[in-house]
Amino acid sequence: MDTATAADSARPDNGAGEPAIVATGLTRRFGRTVAVDSVDLTIPRAKIYGFLGPNGCGKSTTFRMLCGLLTPTEGEVRVLGHSIPRDAETVRPLIGYMTQQFSLYRDLSVRENLDFLGKVRGLSRRRRRERIEASLETYDLGRLARRRPENLSGGERQRLALAAAVLHEPPVLLLDEPTSAVDPRTRRSFWDSLFALIEHDVTILVSTHYMEEAERCHQLAILDRGRLVAEGEPKTLIGDLGHTVLEVEGEQLARLRQRIAELGIARSVAQLGNRLRVLLEPGDPDAAGLVGAAIAGSGASIAETRPGLEDVFVASTQGDRDL
Amino acid sequence: MHALQRVFAVAGKEIRQLSRDRLTFGMIVGVPLIMIMLFGFAINLDVRNLRTGIVDEAGSQLSRQLVADLAATQVVEIVAREESVEALEAAMQRNEIVVGLHIPSDIERRLADPNRAAAQLLVDGTDPLIAGIAAGIVAMPFNARPSVAAPPPRTLFSARAFFNPEQRSAVMIVPGLIGVILTFTMVLFTAVAIVRERERGNLELLITTPVRTTELMVGKILPYIAIGLIQVTLILLVGALLFDVPVRGTLTDLYLASAVYIAAVLGIGLLISTIAKIQFQAFQLTFFVMMPSILLSGFMFPFDGMPTAAQYIAQVLPLTHFIVIVRGIVLKGAELADLLEPLRNLGIVFLVSMTLAVVRFRKRLD
Repeated sequence: MDTATAADSARPDNGAGEPAIVATGLTRRFGRTVAVDSVDLTIPRAKIYGFLGPNGCGKSTTFRMLCGLLTPTEGEVRVLGHSIPRDAETVRPLIGYMTQQFSLYRDLSVRENLDFLGKVRGLSRRRRRERIEASLETYDLGRLARRRPENLSGGERQRLALAAAVLHEPPVLLLDEPTSAVDPRTRRSFWDSLFALIEHDVTILVSTHYMEEAERCHQLAILDRGRLVAEGEPKTLIGDLGHTVLEVEGEQLARLRQRIAELGIARSVAQLGNRLRVLLEPGDPDAAGLVGAAIAGSGASIAETRPGLEDVFVASTQGDRDL
Repeated sequence: MHALQRVFAVAGKEIRQLSRDRLTFGMIVGVPLIMIMLFGFAINLDVRNLRTGIVDEAGSQLSRQLVADLAATQVVEIVAREESVEALEAAMQRNEIVVGLHIPSDIERRLADPNRAAAQLLVDGTDPLIAGIAAGIVAMPFNARPSVAAPPPRTLFSARAFFNPEQRSAVMIVPGLIGVILTFTMVLFTAVAIVRERERGNLELLITTPVRTTELMVGKILPYIAIGLIQVTLILLVGALLFDVPVRGTLTDLYLASAVYIAAVLGIGLLISTIAKIQFQAFQLTFFVMMPSILLSGFMFPFDGMPTAAQYIAQVLPLTHFIVIVRGIVLKGAELADLLEPLRNLGIVFLVSMTLAVVRFRKRLD
């Protein structure tokens, strides 16, 4: 018999009641390098789940293990009730995967690309026609249908890649750094289309290194050097941050930055225009006072400010050294 | 049903891409045309007009007769007359002549003596073909005129070339050339087929779809079987129009056998494609198949004259078996029933290489 068709996969009996994806002790080694180190994940259905981390933190490797492209060295993955990699072929129709690099055929037109994927994905002729028309409409590709990707802009290609990934209406969508090649406005409308998909009960996993994108996710996992270092709703992660954030405003910030760093109580000091953002190590009630003393006489002002997601990111990863 | 849809989806996509790839498209038509022209015209085994120098020390009527007879064969063309053998050797050193004829002053007496050669032939031994021709000239009977009492020419054997009585090299070469051209283009096309998808990132997407390895492989080779048969047609047409190469067997047999052969070389190409990491490696590996195919298959040199080890290696090459088949059908008028063994061998090459390719290909990135 053939593998389950996309039509079957649209039925919600794939591990109904279970979370969309459960990974336990997920580990992947490449030779002696540990790319992903015992990661546990529980990804709820119909949510956007973000993976945030610096380059080389294991985001892509985790992604590829979740959809069966890479075999985990250790650990288990269950996608919609199916065990991976054992049932990898059963899971394939249930997943839409948008690769980090554009991976559609550059020498086939937009419509030909979608048609090819529809055929390979086992859509009937009628459903194929319906879905292609709908995708061209939804992702504003209608007037580009006959163009080839080699002549499209980054944003147009990205819309095509998303249209291709959701063509067979998969219940799970994996997007590997989908907006790395597009401008902020395109990124914004791209996210609008993601939220539209959530309305149709699609579970979306997205990896990114943009804070503004991470903040839009329902839930977020922060990876660092292959380990899961923080997980939760972006708001909760920010609220639970035990670090104090100070803002120093003034002149000659380079010198002040040096002085503050020398105190050894700041996790990071970053310059934003004419301000310094100081993330203090937690647990020292006098820290703010010490910073105040260090900059005394420079004419700079100091104030405590609300932490953001970037502070969470810096606090939970290896700080400035890795960024 | 879905499997068939996927195979045709891959095949259709492959044809579309091919029709847009001008270079590959040009190769489909260009390679056969160029190679048949090269082999048909330039590589001519009927040697004519070898540049020849003469030293005639006799200067007699007989010696002039000898030179005239030699020139009349058209194998040689007298381009120089030298005074001494040394001058003749120097001319050969300078590559002005490839054959030298030295007629000594006592040629009349020598002719009368059956133990002595009448004249001496100097041959440029660096070229194997010319050396062979010289042997033919030496055997040339000299019809001595009545004035000289020479024994009537006698020959021990009379050779008759079967299937190619005029011994035209085009007739010998063109059928084998079908196999050489198909090896070259088909292995190359499929060798890059999967590597290219990997290089362009398409494979990462393709392996997330339900397409199975076998479906992918079959879909990839289907269009090329058709293309290969188009090339066969092209070569046969040019062979018939330009070189009068006959097809003595039936075309159906020829096309069926060619399809089996094409499948076998495509299988080898796919296998290469699963081994090579980048397109350049695929080219290199293709070369490894090409060279022994041309040299060991019996296309260039007679198979029976090769060392045993080389004959064993040649068994692995599809071209070895196809040369037997194609020469059989085109030149000898053989039928498929006469060629079951080489056909079976081609089938084995196809099955083994395809199986290895499918086993080697992983629908994973690790």
